[in-house]
Amino acid sequence: MSDQSTTSLPVTDGLLAVVKDDCETCHTVVPVLAELTVGDRPLAVVSQDRADFPPGFEVLHDRELDISWRLQTETTPTIYRIENGEVVDEEPGWLRSGWERVTRTPGLGAGLPDQRPGCGSDTMLPEVYERLMQRHSPHRISSRRVELGSSEDPVEAAFARGWTDGLPVTPPTEERVARMLGGTSRAPGEVVCVLPPDLAECTVEKVAINAVMAGCLPEYLPVVLAAVKAAATSRFNIHGISATTYFTGPVMVVNGPIRRRIGMNSGINALGQGNRANLTIGRAFNLVVRNVGGSRPGGVDRAALGSPGKLSFCFPEDEEGSPWESLSVERGFSPDDSTVTLFAGHGPIEIIDQKSRTPGSLARTFALQLRMVGHPKLVGMADAIVVVSPEHARVFREAGWSKTRLRQEIQSLLTLPGAEVAAGSDGVAEGMPPRVTAGSKSIPKFVPEGLWFVHAGGDAGMFSAIISGWIGGAASSQMTTVAINS
Amino acid sequence: MTALLDPTNERTVQERQLSPRLPDLREGTVALLDISKPRGDVFIKRLEELFSRRGVSVKHYRKPTFSKPAPLDLRQQIAAECTAVVEALAD
Repeated sequence: MSDQSTTSLPVTDGLLAVVKDDCETCHTVVPVLAELTVGDRPLAVVSQDRADFPPGFEVLHDRELDISWRLQTETTPTIYRIENGEVVDEEPGWLRSGWERVTRTPGLGAGLPDQRPGCGSDTMLPEVYERLMQRHSPHRISSRRVELGSSEDPVEAAFARGWTDGLPVTPPTEERVARMLGGTSRAPGEVVCVLPPDLAECTVEKVAINAVMAGCLPEYLPVVLAAVKAAATSRFNIHGISATTYFTGPVMVVNGPIRRRIGMNSGINALGQGNRANLTIGRAFNLVVRNVGGSRPGGVDRAALGSPGKLSFCFPEDEEGSPWESLSVERGFSPDDSTVTLFAGHGPIEIIDQKSRTPGSLARTFALQLRMVGHPKLVGMADAIVVVSPEHARVFREAGWSKTRLRQEIQSLLTLPGAEVAAGSDGVAEGMPPRVTAGSKSIPKFVPEGLWFVHAGGDAGMFSAIISGWIGGAASSQMTTVAINS
Repeated sequence: MTALLDPTNERTVQERQLSPRLPDLREGTVALLDISKPRGDVFIKRLEELFSRRGVSVKHYRKPTFSKPAPLDLRQQIAAECTAVVEALAD
């Protein structure tokens, strides 16, 4: 996204050397520069750090590093040949044969070693690189700049302005945001979606700012962008998820090659703390919903209790160790696609079973515990993800049970007689209304496409987990899977 | 000096005037909007009784689901047919 054409070079035809005082190899090549200035050949000497280095030369001080940026200098010294205002040849560091080739001058630097590696260009320094990238980018960051007072702590300033989720954030400086934008090929001003509840245009840049605050690395940004786009759909219904008095919040499951590439954790403590990618991707997404979508607790967010997962609830599937096809494959994607799946849920809620060694017994345990999703007497509206741990998955693998078989078994076990779930039965007022329970029909607990299995967790421990849904079906929120693009 | 980039949608809060109060509810029609929550019908039914006793005419509407905003055509229909609306939010 950088545009180097805005800075013109100090020579149109001739030689140009980029050097700096703080570089031993640059001092080494000073005699060579002297050899090259003999006669009337134009040689421009550009110094990055001092106007008086090297002494005795007419030095062009590249104080703002715009010339070095224009040249995309990575090493000092570098000798360039310029023709018609463009670089046609270059040699970084000191290599006699290279310098002789670029300058078309034989016998350079007699008495010097044949070669000596150079130093890093000042343009490559952290913060400096991002500042230059931002200054020279055709896609300028356009968000409002909030100037802080000299004694103002940026972390406290973010709290004071209501930008945080209750935890400290990384201050979103222009340099950090520019670096974050390096994680995508998309332009900062591109609109990702119109995000409820405020129905605000959400740009790539706004997502990047919130990703900085959450602590993301740039390579995580495409996951956050994909999730934000998915959230804005009527199918996922982030407005309802934000506004409900229920516990629910966005749960993110990541599938495909990107999981490993960015170092997500699907193993020990996959749903817990400790992995930067898992935690900050989920957090960034929720910060976007808060800051761009406008959903804040006590405002649009009316949750009676909420859940800790509303800070961040994001994990990848352990596809490699799974006995089954992955969630994303089940949802129509290729194993080579990277995807993020959004689910309105909360949890986890435990499933303990340390004794079952047959799939039938273990499925019964799953069903017993899944019955309490929402309430044991509320049926026909539930959805849930079961995170199946490796030790439980092994039982199904060894018996050759597919996901479909397991799902059918649980649905069958949890198709409950109307009388059992009727409002008022067993002395409990909660339950299904008479119009639903009339007659002798039985009602399935879960809506169609409401029971999902994801494989994750550490190798030891016969525990799986339920991520309990909100209200399944098109009337509220449906699991939404989208591809992650760069 | 440190400068931070604004992470919000940068919208300014708009203050809107309340609609003019109706001098007499009997001059128009009051929409009773059930959002499809359990027992919303109880609330709506009681309101209808109270309005009717005072000579106020009402019309009934229902959101397809409480978990999503009312569809635009429903909102437009209510605006076209009624002068006021009561929305039943409670369980």
